[in-house]
Amino acid sequence: MSGSAAPNSYRMGPDSNGHFGAFGGRYVAETLMPLLLRLEQAYAVAKDDPEFHAEYDGLLKNYVGRPSPLYFAERLTQHLGGAKIYFKREELNHTGAHKINNCIGQILLAKRMGKTRIIAETGAGQHGVATATVAARFGLPCVIYMGEVDIERQKPNVFRMNLLGAEVRSVSSGSRTLKDAMNEALRDWVSNVHDTFYIIGSAAGPHPYPMIVRDFQTVIGNEARTQIMEMEGRLPDLLVACVGGGSNAIGLFHPFLDDPSVAIDGVEAAGEGVETAHHAATLSKGTPGVLHGARSFLLQDTDGQIMEAHSISAGLDYPGVGPEHSWLKQMGRVNYASITDAEALDAFKLTCRLEGIIPALESSHAIAHVMKVAPKMSADKIIVLGLSGRGDKDVFTVANALGQKL
Amino acid sequence: MSRIAARFAELYALKRAGFIPFITAGDPDFETSFEILEKLPAAGADIIELGVPFSDPMADGPAIQAGSMRALKGGQTVKKTLAMVERFRARDDATPIILMGYFNPIHAYGAEHFLRDAAHAGVDGLIIVDLGPEEDAPLRALAAKCELDIVRLATPTTDEARLPTVLDGAGGLLYYVSIAGVTGTKSFAAEDVSEAVQRIKRFTKLPCAVGFGIKTPEQAAEIAQIADAAVVGSAIVSRIEQALAQGKPKRHIVEDALSFCRSLAEAVHCARNPA
Repeated sequence: MSGSAAPNSYRMGPDSNGHFGAFGGRYVAETLMPLLLRLEQAYAVAKDDPEFHAEYDGLLKNYVGRPSPLYFAERLTQHLGGAKIYFKREELNHTGAHKINNCIGQILLAKRMGKTRIIAETGAGQHGVATATVAARFGLPCVIYMGEVDIERQKPNVFRMNLLGAEVRSVSSGSRTLKDAMNEALRDWVSNVHDTFYIIGSAAGPHPYPMIVRDFQTVIGNEARTQIMEMEGRLPDLLVACVGGGSNAIGLFHPFLDDPSVAIDGVEAAGEGVETAHHAATLSKGTPGVLHGARSFLLQDTDGQIMEAHSISAGLDYPGVGPEHSWLKQMGRVNYASITDAEALDAFKLTCRLEGIIPALESSHAIAHVMKVAPKMSADKIIVLGLSGRGDKDVFTVANALGQKL
Repeated sequence: MSRIAARFAELYALKRAGFIPFITAGDPDFETSFEILEKLPAAGADIIELGVPFSDPMADGPAIQAGSMRALKGGQTVKKTLAMVERFRARDDATPIILMGYFNPIHAYGAEHFLRDAAHAGVDGLIIVDLGPEEDAPLRALAAKCELDIVRLATPTTDEARLPTVLDGAGGLLYYVSIAGVTGTKSFAAEDVSEAVQRIKRFTKLPCAVGFGIKTPEQAAEIAQIADAAVVGSAIVSRIEQALAQGKPKRHIVEDALSFCRSLAEAVHCARNPA
């Protein structure tokens, strides 16, 4: 699939128009265009402002609890009998996932831009909880859009958002999941442009969002790099992370993209199998198209209508993917694999028993992939896995899948 | 001269504003929707905006979303929408048709193919809601070759610094979105719209149509006094939805939509010259 020549660096994107090669861009209604331009300017200024970084770093340290540990998963390693497996433990962050890294950054931008109302979309609810959390912390009213189907399967997170003072608006259009929540959040934003800041949770959407979200999430990869150098004295051989929209994956991958010795695998949700109609393997099975403001791989029919994705994990249940992942796939720098619901469930159970860690169903996809590849690698190889979230929110879904009633 | 330019020349000569109804192609089904389309000129439509249904219409409110879903459920495709225009064009060679939709169905069809087929079918202009000046350069070049107008949108957030960007490459007419919002929700403030139209007129000679948020003949008449044309969409699509909900037969659905259009057209046409 890699038709293009390798660039000098994989870390220079996007260009000034927000393009990663043929992907990305700003495909939005005119009403939003001036807002995106202003956000881009505000971010460019903030990025070079030491005060902004000091505030961001301070909150990450004392409010989020960073750095997150890099943990040697000794029993999982022994069990699989191959490469050494490290978990980058984003699930230990405040609110239980990597999403907060980005929310802290974006709400600081909102504050700088004088915005007084926060909106967000959420799938699994992790981004919704993280957004509701920072909105509470900064005293701003917050509306979270969430698909009806996701509200049903992620009830604990809905309750959490309510406790944090956010209003959760149920979205009943389309497939009633993440894609429709994003449509609805965009409609809200168009209707409330003067005071509202839209905190997008994935490395998707129109420029500059994929870049901003990535930059705030690269704290994952930057820390992991330092930590593995301290623990092993060298870079890992393989990075693995799950990809829905792709924010935790791009955050882990980006600082390593120019290290040719580091192989990188992104793991999508294969749902009931990529050969069925019920999956969310956008990069493996999709085709390029335009949705939610960017050109990227999509699950769509031949008429360009967006198809419904399926995954047991609400956070991966999205028919699109961040544009930078589409580009990295096309360049051949990152390999994208997929894992079924059943495989993810097995990985979930195994990690609970072997490591005493309940991983999110999203992250369980990455673990399941590691279960396949680690045994084929020799014991002197090193894998760093992005453990993006904790699975407390998923216990109802897992019980249901195992035929147990809570 | 293009059909759009010819139509506005006629309207200027008559010293009246134009009425532009919007319907979604294939809503609620191909034949009913074609029947409405075919009879719109007789009901007073000066130009017709025909929606190309899309599964994820981000800039549309509930009424047009529902219309799109009905059309897709009824099997409407881009190909069928172009076939509908071709059939219309065989009987009416004067009324301009502007297709309004989102980029992905066009992208999937193949932009170059689409433009060629659209021009061949008798389409006059395109409004692609999520394809602005930042991304439409390749399409614009192709559209010029096919003599299709790319109709641009200006909104309350488009300031004077940005207007030249929006107008660069704009053709046919400029569509001013009267509210910061999605279709068919908020209502406009006439003074704000008037000010915006006058500002736009300082930058372009293109006719200026105003849409989003026009729900009644009275509101349409208000717009007709300050702009070159008034676009009504959601309110018409809602008529179709209501008629369907009441279980009315097809011919009544058609008649409900058309009689509403007649009242809108009359209001627009008489606004500047009360009888």
